[in-house]
Amino acid sequence: MQALTQRSRAVDRKPLTLWERIYLPAVLKGMTITFGHMFKKRPTINYPEKTRPFSPVFRGLHVLNRDEEGRERCTACGLCAVACPAEAITMEAAERKNGEEGLYREEKYAARYEINMLRCIFCGLCEEACPKDAIYLSETFAPSNFARKGFIYGKDDLLIPNPKTQPEELAKARGEA
Amino acid sequence: MSEYQHNNIKLPEGSIEKQTSTLNLGPTHPATHGVFQNILEMDGERIVSSEQTIGYIHRAFEKLAERRPLYQITPITDRLNYCSSPINNMGWHMTCEKLLGVQTPKRVDYLRVIIMELARVADHIICNSVIGVDTGALSVFLYVMQYRELIYEIYEEICGSRLTTNIGRIGGFERNFNNTAFTKLEKFLKEFPVALKEFETLLQRNRIFVERTVGCGPIAADRALNYGFTGPNLRAAGVDYDVRIHSPYSSYEDFTFNVPVGTTGDVYDRWLVRNEEMKESMSIITQAYEKIQEFKGADAEVYHANVPEYYLPKKEDVYTKMEALIWHFKIIMGETAIPPGEVYHSVEGANGELGFYFISDGGRTPYRLHFRRPCFIYYQAYSELAKGSMLSDAIITMSSLNLIAGELDA
Ligand code: SF4
Ligand code: SF4
Repeated sequence: MQALTQRSRAVDRKPLTLWERIYLPAVLKGMTITFGHMFKKRPTINYPEKTRPFSPVFRGLHVLNRDEEGRERCTACGLCAVACPAEAITMEAAERKNGEEGLYREEKYAARYEINMLRCIFCGLCEEACPKDAIYLSETFAPSNFARKGFIYGKDDLLIPNPKTQPEELAKARGEA
Repeated sequence: MSEYQHNNIKLPEGSIEKQTSTLNLGPTHPATHGVFQNILEMDGERIVSSEQTIGYIHRAFEKLAERRPLYQITPITDRLNYCSSPINNMGWHMTCEKLLGVQTPKRVDYLRVIIMELARVADHIICNSVIGVDTGALSVFLYVMQYRELIYEIYEEICGSRLTTNIGRIGGFERNFNNTAFTKLEKFLKEFPVALKEFETLLQRNRIFVERTVGCGPIAADRALNYGFTGPNLRAAGVDYDVRIHSPYSSYEDFTFNVPVGTTGDVYDRWLVRNEEMKESMSIITQAYEKIQEFKGADAEVYHANVPEYYLPKKEDVYTKMEALIWHFKIIMGETAIPPGEVYHSVEGANGELGFYFISDGGRTPYRLHFRRPCFIYYQAYSELAKGSMLSDAIITMSSLNLIAGELDA
């Protein structure tokens, strides 16, 4: 074959020398390396007792955000559902009634909001799509359940604890306590 | 090909007629590393002929893509060659940029080069160490896997995920690289060459490994070209074709690196070529990192091009400004018409030329999108490579081709 570039370098493929063919030295050399590794710092961690630190932008299970006063931020605009390539998000919108101002931040809110965690591919596009600072991917991952329907997370599973009424739970969920 | 012929064995008088047996290797066989089915016709331990089945995990990616706005196609490309998804993601973004006529800033190009080369190293780590595992050397796999982990942590700092990355956006990256990412990159640049040296010591000149791999599953350069081989598998056969050099993208022309080539195209050559490529990738990453540090002031903060039609506005602006909010809605709903046209863009994926053929008829989604997947081509040659070899050699031939079921079946 003629060369297509000036940059090609043939790989080193010389035949084995007699020393290498004897094989025993190679065994010893290999053993030295493997034994050496036994005294190195262990690279594994004892999951699930311990977890490694995640990056702040880690894409795990979702949470629905509340504002400082504990009101739900989501306004059921549906952008997250549109952006979702896995079609994992379903919601039903409702209008805020008089007297519910303390519960919902906007006049429209999600009466039902469900994410099917079995469909979700954790791509993070919903978080990016949300114009209301309402949905985030948290650091929790590896959910488990006995039934498929248990993986359809509703609002109860997704909403973060209310900072007004449940400050301790919120601190715990954020890993601050 | 072996000169073995299956009717040259003289059977003693009176023995029953010689028969071959059929063996199903896969689709869920642990030695095939993925969902591959091979129907082998065996004469004892030898493969007389084989037939490949494809499509076990066909997920109709190309069809799916026809109904999606461009940004939603990126997670699909993750799932082609999932050992190096960032290369697929970047390749897709660059295809869109080519069609839309977007010029990316140099810093974005260099950051992309870093990520793509890291992905190449991660992919080669797996492929080469798995050849080790298939020839009976497990510990090397475990040692280098720690560095794949480090590469994954670098991805995680940038995009938030490790395997199916969905990294980058049309025009650049979703966020700037943080300091942790750079610290981890420095750590990788410092420590990985040592681990790679050790990896070589354990395999490259080891008699068992050499005798197991030399002459196994060879392919001549002209056969490889006829099949349409690219990437390390073609280079191992002695053709120095590399997309990064022949049609540079993402400013690869700014870097100096060599193209390792083999001679016989056997498993050992493929292993050696991948091993040398990891070293070349390390040198490219070092060069790119140096170039990135030369950016000062405002230039050092650039991480995306100016593409208001496709790149989402900043979140703060979306929360407070009406115009940004309108753009945000427009982009997420995929309401921008893609200019009509036809582009082909290819990147040097970790196991060959990964191409994207994108036709737009002026609608909001691609009219037709085709992925040129290198594995699809290698798998067709597998029957020829495996013919006449022992079963266990066919296994390492398969791992050395770096066949990834996700990419094969799309
Ligand atoms: S992370 Fe991706 S797949 Fe999951 S719900 Fe959000 S947009 Fe859908
Ligand atoms: S979570 Fe955000 S994007 Fe989704 S409906 Fe609520 S406000 Fe809209």
